[in-house]
Amino acid sequence: MFDLSGRKALVTGATGGLGGAIARALHAQGAHVAVSGTRRDALDALAGELGERIHVVEANLSDTAAVEALVPAAEAALGGLDILVNNAGITRDNLFMRMKDEEWDAVIAVNLTAAFRLSRAAVKGMMRRRHGRIVNVGSVVGSTGNAGQGNYAAAKAGLVGLTKALAAEVASRKITVNCIAPGFIASPMTDALTDKQREGILGTVPMGRLGEGAEIAAAAVYLASDEAAYVTGHTLHVNGGMAML
Amino acid sequence: MSDIAERVKKIVVEHLGVEPEKVTEGANFIDDLGADSLDTVELVMAFEEEFNVEIPDDAAETIQTVGDAIKFLEKNSG
Repeated sequence: MFDLSGRKALVTGATGGLGGAIARALHAQGAHVAVSGTRRDALDALAGELGERIHVVEANLSDTAAVEALVPAAEAALGGLDILVNNAGITRDNLFMRMKDEEWDAVIAVNLTAAFRLSRAAVKGMMRRRHGRIVNVGSVVGSTGNAGQGNYAAAKAGLVGLTKALAAEVASRKITVNCIAPGFIASPMTDALTDKQREGILGTVPMGRLGEGAEIAAAAVYLASDEAAYVTGHTLHVNGGMAML
Repeated sequence: MSDIAERVKKIVVEHLGVEPEKVTEGANFIDDLGADSLDTVELVMAFEEEFNVEIPDDAAETIQTVGDAIKFLEKNSG
């Protein structure tokens, strides 16, 4: 089950906790994986750890030209592209009334517009090959909202709409487009929380713990697999029950 | 019939799975040959590949019949 041998995947934001976990999991299932991110040293370290079947394609997704170049670069490195994981994301949290246009624009550009452009580029080859998997990494916040994250919540909710519209368009070409919506996942950011903050967060999670990157990655593996061929336009919530949607 | 016309018709027949007789120069991809909008995008991609040209979006929108495609490619390819 969930064998990805020979599949070619691009994971954006692979230097982050989630992106790295997703890249590792796809790779462990046999996929050839191109990893992109902004920090070359972290990408090289990941590539060094995984060894074969891994390619580094650097890209800063806030740069339009870099976004446009990324899918062709990944296709060239991998010899095609079967799986696109739009994972890269940034936050620029602020109270709504204090949020600056630049904070709004930066988050929409990386979290939503880059996913649009990368998907648009990737779907061309997928249509030709009559196979493809696009997995967008959203957030529980896209469904529930979150104080201080108006830009982030809007971008993540936008990904859900993008997912459904594109899924409807390309379903006849055997391409699926789905979204994963993680809840609170352990990361360097959550490690920095105080005990009190941590307690407050865990009080909202029936499972009583943070999620692990590997648990998000497992969802990505499933959605990328042949077994998930009949699942499209879906948002898979992986959040320990914190929002049952 | 020109070489370009032959190649265009072959692509249309293969892609849309229609009878070669139906692929006349006046045939409209959507109205006469049963293409949907996604098919027309794919046809343009196939033409681009076959003739090694780039067909910009505004030009692609004007290509609605087999003859439109042949005319565009005769003018712009090779």
